[in-house]
Amino acid sequence: MPIIEVRNLHKRYRRKVAVQDVSFAVEEGEVFGILGPNGAGKTTTVECVEGLRRPDAGTVSVLGFDPVRDAAEVRARLGAQLQESRLPNRITVREALDLYASFYNRPADPAELMDLLDLTSQSGTRFAKLSGGQQQRLSIALALIGDPKVAVLDELTTGLDPQARRDTWAMVERIRERGVTVLLVTHFMEEAERLCDRLAVIDAGRVVAVDSPAGLVARVEPEQCIRFRPSRPVPDALLRDLPEVRSVVRRGEGLVVTGTAEVLQAVTSVLARNQIIAADLRVERTSLDDAFAALTGRTLES
Amino acid sequence: MLTKITLMEFRLFVREMVGPALVMALPVALLLGFGYMPGGTKGSKDLAGQSAAEYIASIDVGLVLVVLGFTILPSVISDYREKGVLRRLGTTPVRPSRLLLAQLIIMSASAVVSVTTVVLLGSALFGTPVPVRFGWFVLAVLLGMGALFGIGLVVAAVAPSGRAGTAFGMVLFFPSMLLGGVYIPREKEAAAMRAVGDFTPLGATLKTVRDSWQGLDPRPAQLAALAAYAVLALVAAVRFFRWEAR
Repeated sequence: MPIIEVRNLHKRYRRKVAVQDVSFAVEEGEVFGILGPNGAGKTTTVECVEGLRRPDAGTVSVLGFDPVRDAAEVRARLGAQLQESRLPNRITVREALDLYASFYNRPADPAELMDLLDLTSQSGTRFAKLSGGQQQRLSIALALIGDPKVAVLDELTTGLDPQARRDTWAMVERIRERGVTVLLVTHFMEEAERLCDRLAVIDAGRVVAVDSPAGLVARVEPEQCIRFRPSRPVPDALLRDLPEVRSVVRRGEGLVVTGTAEVLQAVTSVLARNQIIAADLRVERTSLDDAFAALTGRTLES
Repeated sequence: MLTKITLMEFRLFVREMVGPALVMALPVALLLGFGYMPGGTKGSKDLAGQSAAEYIASIDVGLVLVVLGFTILPSVISDYREKGVLRRLGTTPVRPSRLLLAQLIIMSASAVVSVTTVVLLGSALFGTPVPVRFGWFVLAVLLGMGALFGIGLVVAAVAPSGRAGTAFGMVLFFPSMLLGGVYIPREKEAAAMRAVGDFTPLGATLKTVRDSWQGLDPRPAQLAALAAYAVLALVAAVRFFRWEAR
């Protein structure tokens, strides 16, 4: 049985449809990403999973419970980190963890969570005095304080600097090692690629694709682009006649060759046969960015 | 669970410094200031026979309630909503309404402590009587609390941000102080202003508290007005309260 199952979810605010039709299932122990541009309906979707919103149509099930009808069951088993949610300025890390621990019947150990999330030396620091990264790590700790089976992390690293972002990713990997299933909302491609086992790509309130990051990339027609500077002029036909090559473009002394996944192999062997050396050789592969663009017809701004 | 939240919120309230200072230090400072004024303990014709110390002690009661209700309560709660503290609680087994309840408990307890301090200190230092009609006094304080805290909750219910909550509270606070007879003694107000002021939430609180303190029966119409304010405000607060910003 999936840990989270969302089927044909539909949610509108007055006249604006936030979620048109979203379905996906999250399996036990995986980090499942919801990736999409701002306004795609990601947050509304997870708010329905958390029980903060009531779906207009469709069903949501968390560990077999309905987040609206069985709200108490879901709240006891699901930990949430909300987008843009803060704590009172003057509460300390330790106090916040102790307070939230008191809400659950069998909470995790606050000291152990501080250790897990590298917050031990900040235990007496007030929320307002924490750095952005520390505040986010505290919000992850609070999401785990109820010892949940599943944690929902919404826009975890938005607003963090690159170093804090990488530190936070390492924390998510630690959570996964604890066996907590993670539902992760992001609009950062790099984050999705690094952390997620599988992804639902959402655009304009609909699921465009559900797959592993590598699987999504593979769906797009694989194409490679290689750039190099040949040691002597290469007759165009030499490369263009190769079945793997789609195009050859001259850029000053250099050449840009695109083609199928095997294009690199083909080009380098033909150059070798002709005793031509390829200097400054660079290969660009299809990335998740390209896959996203191909699936939705637009790019993510990050 | 509620105990834990209340204790935590109380610690945070004390750490704010401004709130406790306004609620504890201001009334005491006023009492000492007027009590030690030359002739401050003698009955004054201008104050319907009360001494300045006794007069200011009864003003203190209303002041404490209105500071808590109109300034502190709305700014704390609307700030919590703006920060997402209430929504965050909504994902835990604890209902966010517990946080409101904890705040009301802290506000009420602060009011009781502050009022008791003023009564005892006035009696010990300046010989002001312990409120003569004690039962009526307690009722007047409770109804005043209901009306002023209730209105504060309505402000908290509709203010979109902590800053807006503070601002809306201030917009109510200063006219209330003027109409209620805090800036100038009620006796010196024009008749029309007094007639209106007596039925504002703060004005009615001040007058019923002062009457019962002096040994007069408070006017039933004013007590009824306070009760009506309290009920209407609580109904409106429940009706309009939103747990999240926007």
